[in-house]
Amino acid sequence: MTKTANDPAGNGSRTRYEPNMVLATQQFDVVGTRPVRHDGTDKVTGRAVYGADVQLAGTLHAATLRSPHAHAKIVGIDSSEAEAMEGVYAVVTAADLPPAEDKIVDVGEGNTRLAYVHGNILASGKALYEGHAVAAVAAASPHLALEAAKAVKVDYEPLPHVLTAPEGMDRGAPLLHDDLRTKEFGTRSEEPSNVAEHVRWTKGDVEAGFAAADVVVERTFDTATVHQGYIEPHNVTALWNHDGRLHIWCSTQGAFVVRDVTSKILEIPVSNIKVTPMEIGGGFGGKIPLYMEPVAALLSKKTARPVKMVMSREEVLLGTGPTAGSHVRVKVGASSDGTIRAMDATLAYEAGAYPGSFVLPGGMCIFAAYDCDNLSVDCYDVVVNKPSCAAYRAPGAPQAAFAAEQVVDEVARELGLDPAAFRLRNAAKEGTRRADGPKFRRVGCEEVLQAVLDHPHYSAPLGGANRGRGIAVGFWFNVGLESSCTLNVNANGTVHLVEGSTDIGGTRTSVAMQAAEVLGIQAEDILPEVVDTDSVGFTSVTGGSRTTFATGWAAHDAAQKVVAEMKARAAKLWSVEPAAVDHAKGVYSSNGQSLTFQELAGQSSRTGGPVSATATVKPRGVGGSFSANIVDVEVDPETGKVDILRFTAVQDVGKAVHPSYVEGQMQGGSVQGIGWALNEEYYMGSDGRMRNSTLLDYRMPTSLDLPMIDTCIVEVANPGHPFGVRGVGEANIIPPLAAIANAIHDAAGVRMQRLPMNPAAVWSALAAS
Amino acid sequence: MRSTHVRTTINGEAAEFLCEPRQSLLEVLRDILRLTGTKEGCNDGNCGACTVEMDGRIVPACLVLGVEAEGAEILTVEGVARGNRLHEVQSAFLEGAALQCGVCTPGFVVAAKALLDRNPDPTENEVRLWLANNLCRCTGYDKIVRSVLDAASRMQQETAA
Repeated sequence: MTKTANDPAGNGSRTRYEPNMVLATQQFDVVGTRPVRHDGTDKVTGRAVYGADVQLAGTLHAATLRSPHAHAKIVGIDSSEAEAMEGVYAVVTAADLPPAEDKIVDVGEGNTRLAYVHGNILASGKALYEGHAVAAVAAASPHLALEAAKAVKVDYEPLPHVLTAPEGMDRGAPLLHDDLRTKEFGTRSEEPSNVAEHVRWTKGDVEAGFAAADVVVERTFDTATVHQGYIEPHNVTALWNHDGRLHIWCSTQGAFVVRDVTSKILEIPVSNIKVTPMEIGGGFGGKIPLYMEPVAALLSKKTARPVKMVMSREEVLLGTGPTAGSHVRVKVGASSDGTIRAMDATLAYEAGAYPGSFVLPGGMCIFAAYDCDNLSVDCYDVVVNKPSCAAYRAPGAPQAAFAAEQVVDEVARELGLDPAAFRLRNAAKEGTRRADGPKFRRVGCEEVLQAVLDHPHYSAPLGGANRGRGIAVGFWFNVGLESSCTLNVNANGTVHLVEGSTDIGGTRTSVAMQAAEVLGIQAEDILPEVVDTDSVGFTSVTGGSRTTFATGWAAHDAAQKVVAEMKARAAKLWSVEPAAVDHAKGVYSSNGQSLTFQELAGQSSRTGGPVSATATVKPRGVGGSFSANIVDVEVDPETGKVDILRFTAVQDVGKAVHPSYVEGQMQGGSVQGIGWALNEEYYMGSDGRMRNSTLLDYRMPTSLDLPMIDTCIVEVANPGHPFGVRGVGEANIIPPLAAIANAIHDAAGVRMQRLPMNPAAVWSALAAS
Repeated sequence: MRSTHVRTTINGEAAEFLCEPRQSLLEVLRDILRLTGTKEGCNDGNCGACTVEMDGRIVPACLVLGVEAEGAEILTVEGVARGNRLHEVQSAFLEGAALQCGVCTPGFVVAAKALLDRNPDPTENEVRLWLANNLCRCTGYDKIVRSVLDAASRMQQETAA
């Protein structure tokens, strides 16, 4: 149901409550409607082909041998016994990979050293975490491959390990990389260290700001390592053909990243690699890195057969993606008039085995919601003996918000101010400069906070004992990167849309809708297809909340080219200049004559042949997204269990192209945040090994743990996009951690400084208070 | 390893296959019979992506051995639609945007259909309890639960009509 900003209930009042509200500011014909997604039928009938469903004739199956140690020297690998087994075709280790050149590679959402990617794919010299891949074996069946992988003998010399950022930063801590030096203020440290990078951003004078404050609160917070938790494990099938061409089928957020990084790892030209992105069963950032693709390719090269690899759930938890555990100190000071005077933070994040914890985006976002003159932020990227971090939905920002939003809440309470009104008073706006430098263009922080204040949930009675309400706000940049799109017009007026963006949550449709809007036809008349890397122009990852924004923009631009061509065709038919042809809502007209898009398409053969257009974009007008939550909890004083009673997610998305899928993103991100807040953690033994590497023990939220997740879509149009789109995928996971902690404080008076806030942790806090 | 010959009924049709004693029903469905609509998410019964109906009960196919399918009647996601017509659960999922990545969807569709077969008018809490064996990481369950409730009312309207 679409409402306007001035009439959110659509009935002339501001009070009627709707579980899913859209505060729309602009109306379109197709954009903003809710068609059935184009790939939906295949996905509800089981026909959609995901990566693990690929089965080529003659396929071999490969399994990976992984380190049982958190940190160990690899003294020797003996694969002779495995290779002698019947049905075993090939074994690879790091020695089979071309040596890593010392260069920097683009890995989808940023750059890293090729050596790190290389080292994570197959361990060389040392195993840096439990689950680090050491060797892989191709055999006739998956069972045989597993047996053979176990028969590979590895001689390990265990080493002392470190598991958290503070431990890793200690002088005298065991070092993961002998050659790692701290990059700090433009210099490199003399001594090796686990601190890969230290960055500081300052604005104004924090000491003067704190001196001017009447209330100052300073606390430290810790969050556990958590996993993206996509339901589909990583998978790949590779065929190194006899002509030297490598074809890879896999589940990935970025087929071109798989192509380009595989090219660099294996030292073969990109033109020799075709990557077909299959349907993908969730990613959340965790399916941007490469894990098995180069390994499967090498095994295929050795065996001249297609080789398929599918991870087990345990491998997914041990060997892929977690997001950083964190240690964050925050200090905030405000004067009694409710003005924040200074904000100061130190963030230390666990990168896992290789640098890249996403602490920098955490530091950029930590105070982004506030227009404060005096800011200081220090970020430390620390390697530890855990799996190498991957992006996870607004990577780095939720940990930062868990700390900052609790301290801001405490300051508001000490000043006796409403926490939403206090945030609104200090909210970032157009022109606010962040600590890391950039100035905001038009952003919706104030509108999001106003929507919180106006929302009926915010003023509803809590209705029982041991209950509390919390709020928090979050910010994410969103990204633009690069996209391509081709439109091929059929003679019956339908249009095939060719794109390179993996569709993880309905983006075929949100991209197609933008082309439909420009062409003035129905969303259903566009037939979107995600194709392989040989068949479409370069397209960056589905990540950074960019697909509807950027690939949608490419579709918009391609559609404009089609409109221009259709004008030329109509002009030809009517013997007028193309400039004399008008187009509105799919109807072309000139001097009283008119033809619909469908009619013109039907005449394409006699007006010059097929109509087709391609556009590529590298958009600059990226618009950041603010989000907020209102959450009610009940804390069981006997057990410490926290129940979520009511949850409202508010987010400025710019323009909701398909509001149902926008709501879905907000609901899904919120629930991942709830899991992160209440249950999820890598529970590590003192030996540095994970104790809960199953989905029974790594407990993600189930339907029974949750209420409905209400949404309020705020639309503050992004002036940098043709339809005002900002992006929706990520900002929604940022506020839940802190909002729930604030609600627990409201309910039970305890300030939770460590995640997860599971029953044991809350019960202990209650007992200590 | 010696294979066993198994005769069973899948989606209303007689099926037979050879499988190793260690192969799960999930492996049989996916790798031998090529019914890849049933998904593997964890292979230890904790995610529900491989939910199928076996002799009227929903089970995770990863926890059933292929040889146990002898003589059984099995329904997979491929058998839920009625000919050319989608099941109400499937239509409701499409219109209610109850899927994002879609990999958990087959398990939810099979489980939800089984619920509505038993309880044509479930409450929200009954839906949540029934579906608690099925993990979805994308949607937060809101639109799934709403769509199952919607499917229930669609089925009731059809029965009444």
